[in-house]
Amino acid sequence: MRKLVIAAALGVLGLSSTAQANVSIFACEPEWGALAKEVGGDKVSVYNATTGAQDPHQIQARPSLIAKARGADLTVCDGAELEIGWLPMILQQADNPKIAVGQPGAFDATNYVHLLEQPSRLDRAEGDIHAAGNPHIQTDPRMMLPISHALAARLAQIDPGDAAYFGQRESDFEKRWTAAIAKWTQEAAPLRGINIAVQHHAWIYMENWLGLHEVVPLEPKPGVPPSSGYLAEVLQKLQATPAKFVIRAAYEDDRPSEFIAEHAGIPAVKLPFTVGGTDGAKDLFSLYEDTISRMLAGLKK
Amino acid sequence: MKRLIVLTAFALLALSPARADENADLAAIKAEIGAMNAKIHSLEVRLAKAEGDARQARAEASRVKAPVAVASNAASQTAQTFDQAQTAAPAAPTPQAPAEAVTSEAAAPPPPSSPPASNNAFNPGIAAVLNGFYVASSRDTQKQRILGVAAGDESGLPLRGFSLGESEVSLAANIDPELSGFLDFSMKDDNSLSVEEAYILTKDLPYGLTVKAGRFLSGIGYLNERHAHDWSFSDASLPYRAFLNSQYGDDGIQVRWLAPTDQFLEFGAEAFRGDAYPAANAQHGGQGTFTAFVHTGNDIDESSSYLAALSYLHSRAENRATGNGDLFTGNDDLGIASLVYKWAPEGNPTVRNLTLASELFYGREQGLYDGQAFGQNRFGWYAQGVYQFMPQWSVGLRYAGIDTQNPGPLLSGSPLDDLGHGPRAETALLEYDTSEFGRLRLQYTHDESDLKPNDEILLQYTVIYGPHGAHRY
Repeated sequence: MRKLVIAAALGVLGLSSTAQANVSIFACEPEWGALAKEVGGDKVSVYNATTGAQDPHQIQARPSLIAKARGADLTVCDGAELEIGWLPMILQQADNPKIAVGQPGAFDATNYVHLLEQPSRLDRAEGDIHAAGNPHIQTDPRMMLPISHALAARLAQIDPGDAAYFGQRESDFEKRWTAAIAKWTQEAAPLRGINIAVQHHAWIYMENWLGLHEVVPLEPKPGVPPSSGYLAEVLQKLQATPAKFVIRAAYEDDRPSEFIAEHAGIPAVKLPFTVGGTDGAKDLFSLYEDTISRMLAGLKK
Repeated sequence: MKRLIVLTAFALLALSPARADENADLAAIKAEIGAMNAKIHSLEVRLAKAEGDARQARAEASRVKAPVAVASNAASQTAQTFDQAQTAAPAAPTPQAPAEAVTSEAAAPPPPSSPPASNNAFNPGIAAVLNGFYVASSRDTQKQRILGVAAGDESGLPLRGFSLGESEVSLAANIDPELSGFLDFSMKDDNSLSVEEAYILTKDLPYGLTVKAGRFLSGIGYLNERHAHDWSFSDASLPYRAFLNSQYGDDGIQVRWLAPTDQFLEFGAEAFRGDAYPAANAQHGGQGTFTAFVHTGNDIDESSSYLAALSYLHSRAENRATGNGDLFTGNDDLGIASLVYKWAPEGNPTVRNLTLASELFYGREQGLYDGQAFGQNRFGWYAQGVYQFMPQWSVGLRYAGIDTQNPGPLLSGSPLDDLGHGPRAETALLEYDTSEFGRLRLQYTHDESDLKPNDEILLQYTVIYGPHGAHRY
């Protein structure tokens, strides 16, 4: 009887390790976790290190994150120094050679698209600037195509047995995504050419996509919280060039945008920024649906 | 029946020998992918170049307001190159040209930026920490003792009046794929330069192992491993000052193992030369100090998390000189229990966050003090909280104390005798951060570590510039 149990256990172990080649993914931000799930399907398990309520620039290197990174096969992050304030410490403490910088297990989405606003001058007096360019690429859904493509290739490299599966999922995603982009672009047509104010200068890719015109950011310099004096300047600018609304990411302090909304008499629009940022942004598709419907609602107010 | 089952089990297991062949195949596939990657890379480099050309062409085109035929030509070439790159990868299943879909106005496909080719490209990251103090105190801070312990020379308070405190310069870099290095110079008020840390660290040992060797701050306790500029208050708390000379660091080796569990669980052990207080004069053939520690932590819910630690330090001292030439020879054992709790609404510390930390110290020093045999149990604690109530602004409170056993009549009146007076200190803090790299502090301390209390107001700035590593939890 004992032999039976041992044999059965061995058999099950043998089977499970061949049947399910699971790639354990540590996603730095929920949008990359969602994309990894789209491409990886049930051959991957995804842990999201941050939520839509958190500022991806400023995350504490919590013990739980270190423990998760210890067992990961692949990190899927934004890159371009967005996570520089916390990820290096997690990687150092997790000491997982698979996901070390430069290894196949380290995937940075910003490596596969063209980044805008590469600063000509690197100086901390300019605030929280990123040497590689503006890292907030996920605000434009078109970015997801080359990234999903590269991610499928990377998953295939890490788990060659499932290469065909990833490829098939990726091409399926690409079809659905291309159709969705066309639909969103059409829905967002009324937004084309309007003026907006933004809290953090994090939306240039979305502005490019939808043809929005950013009049002014509420931060005097990236990452520097506005003083009341600076907000008065912003109000003056908005008097000269009125904006339809002021947008902020869900994780941001609502006070500056609410202040401007009240004093400039324009709506403050909270956008999800990533999956889970708002209740409506449940997955990668609804992230953009919710973003557009919130801005359209802001236009009507 | 039994035989049948065994046979079935073997049949199932037989799947695994087959995997050996698969492994060989896998290796072959991997090698192929590697070759393809190299090819992709070379294509990417060409692509980057082509893209640069395209950009230049566009710039020129727009300058002369001529039709952008040249630019778009170059750009479509670029896109072609990109297609080739994608097609070359067997693992990339759908070699469509996503670049075209991404870029609306002008074709600008993914450009992996080429690394700078200058001869300083491999320079280490150099960071500087500058500090400045202004201290107003009711008593001379340099004459304040901590009653009941023979404290080391770094246990004191900052100088009265203006002073620089400690400035640091650090150099950090990867040495090769297996090692990284860290060197940290510290400059004291008196212009003396010391090597605070100089160590190598392994990067890719298997099984969650890390080895650190050289001079470094011990991993015991919670605050010990952090550099002074990373503390929540301007100075070390009373038990750290009394028992560890503010911070324990020495020359040695450290091994850490991170358990493969969802609960953060890390074990560490260290051996040190034993020159630094509370050890002295490198006993046991230059292995005078041993430590062991375990750290564990996790998230409690979305908004809060904790880290707990138990640490132990054993050190041996031979003729350790403190104060006015008092000599101690003997053993020092110290156990530390640490608990840190952090809270931020929905885990987002940007606007508001709270950090609570407390450590308990329990230890025993025994041996000969100025030739007098003695044994003394010592106990110490601190509890502190720092609350950021709005961006850039925080307030903090700290309460600390130590109690030491009476060393006996023959040593009454010596530094080991606390004269029936348990040292205590209460500290309040107001902090303004100019950014994550700059900080101003106003700190008030009511310190009763000597017979007469000292009231101290401290102003401090701390700035960091250059590439500075991310901070610990």
